Amino acid sequence: MHRVRIIPLLSVLTVAALLGAWFSLETGSVSLSIRDAIQQPGSLNAQIFWELRFPRTATAFVTGALLGIAGTLMQVLLRNPLADPYILGVSGGASVGALLAILAGASTLVLQSSAFGGALLSTLLVFSLAHGQGNWDSTRLLLTGVVLAAGWGAIISLLLATSPGIQVQGMLFWLMGDLSAAQTPRVGSIVLVLLAALAFMLSTSLNLLSGGEMRAAALGVESGKLRVTIYLLASLAAATAVTQAGNIGFIGLIAPHMLRLAGARDHRVLIPGVVLLGGTLLLVADGLSRLVIEPRQLPVGVLTALLGVPLFLLLLYRSRGTYRA
Amino acid sequence: MPESLLRCTGVDIEVGDVTVALSLELDIQAGQCWCLLGCNGIGKTTLLHTLAGLRVPAAGRIDLNGTPFKQLKRRHIARQLGVLFQNSEDSFPASVFETVLQGRHPHLHSWQWETDKDREIASGALTRLDLGALKNRNVQTLSGGERQRVAIATLLAQQTRLLFLDEPTNHLDLRHSLDILDMLRAECRDKGKAVLIVLHDINLAARFADHILLLLGDGEARSGSKQEILDTALLERLYGCRLIELETHTGTAWVPE
Repeated sequence: MHRVRIIPLLSVLTVAALLGAWFSLETGSVSLSIRDAIQQPGSLNAQIFWELRFPRTATAFVTGALLGIAGTLMQVLLRNPLADPYILGVSGGASVGALLAILAGASTLVLQSSAFGGALLSTLLVFSLAHGQGNWDSTRLLLTGVVLAAGWGAIISLLLATSPGIQVQGMLFWLMGDLSAAQTPRVGSIVLVLLAALAFMLSTSLNLLSGGEMRAAALGVESGKLRVTIYLLASLAAATAVTQAGNIGFIGLIAPHMLRLAGARDHRVLIPGVVLLGGTLLLVADGLSRLVIEPRQLPVGVLTALLGVPLFLLLLYRSRGTYRA
Repeated sequence: MPESLLRCTGVDIEVGDVTVALSLELDIQAGQCWCLLGCNGIGKTTLLHTLAGLRVPAAGRIDLNGTPFKQLKRRHIARQLGVLFQNSEDSFPASVFETVLQGRHPHLHSWQWETDKDREIASGALTRLDLGALKNRNVQTLSGGERQRVAIATLLAQQTRLLFLDEPTNHLDLRHSLDILDMLRAECRDKGKAVLIVLHDINLAARFADHILLLLGDGEARSGSKQEILDTALLERLYGCRLIELETHTGTAWVPE
């Protein structure tokens, strides 16, 4: 099986990310030239560019990159290449937090804090419940997360069913992932840089942990501590992403998966790769979500799922024999 | 004075309701080949993991080169002690060479990439296990025996003085089993290493080991030189079945009655 070289792969992904950013900045209900907007500060175009387009593009990239990191880490943690950052109920907790804020008519800041709080609450619940007595193995963790996610799902349905009609619209948009109210992702960018750096520093240990906790320990990895660290990093990445843009599925699953199939199995390549690819995928999906039924917009989460499901099934079908169930 | 690589003092090991060992005393010295025998479920794997510092014993102390495990970092332990596990997990695709190269991990800093020397060591280990032709294959597509040899090659690439192997002959044909046991014995005698392996075949154990550790159940253990321990009456008690002792030109052999 072939191995990819790090420099060519990352170069291709960087170019793809730049093209994705250009596509995202160019796309919208008003056609504007990026050059004009930058050269003529104060014009209407410049205002649209700096207040709408740029924050949206930046948020899309940062969110996609965070989802990619969260997915890669969760897959190592659960030792399952099909794991998703949301599988442990992180998004469910965030959604309940966000919906409660919408119901209370709270401001964007309160909504975001509430979503973030919900994600962390969910994380802590899974963590303490799965830990139980002593060891937490992957199956136990997965089961606890899945059951908790189902519980959050029920609460979400309850909130939707009992809320007044005007608010349900906003709730649904949030649940389906939405970048239309994006602001420049200052906190998100800092979180992304920190998480990417930490994950990169842990990458040789991540390589070993993929082969089992005991084996990693026998090869010099402090497995127990590493698992807690990975879990916290992945949850923080997922919580930040969900807070910025609502529920966006499949990026965290598809991005690492595509890179692995392309031959990037070493996490020292996978981590920087997934930042670029995850970001690019969401940039493209968000651009398309504004184009498909112009002038109306689709929630971007709907688009990532519509594109992600067939793509994923295709990848899985073509890689028979590569992944064992 | 022989060099002690691993020493147990008054070690108690428990797993669930099973008492694996009580006040176990053991001294594994450089150049010794140990074999661990015992029935299914008696706690051989648990004992092996405890001796490798991967589990904490209920009581007593275990020293690696004179230092208790508690005071050592995993990376430091992994430079001196390597373990072959009974079953390997390959949830993610990886080539045979990449897998074997992971054996070099304890010798590298976390930010350091493998050097040419590490690649050379990994290639050497592949050749010794007769795996050169499979270098670029995905480990997930290998047969059980081939995977087992990849795991053993990884252990060799780790270049530790102590090697613990949990049923290394699993999935292996007779020729590969003998090759690997002979190779391990050569490592012990020529390079001053020490090996502890779990086996189920008394005759392979008699051929390979110079020291034997028996787990008899309820915490009872016997250890000593092969001549002391491999006694027909004791082996019959160990496995709970009648054995016939045969004298062959390579030594004593046992077959079930």
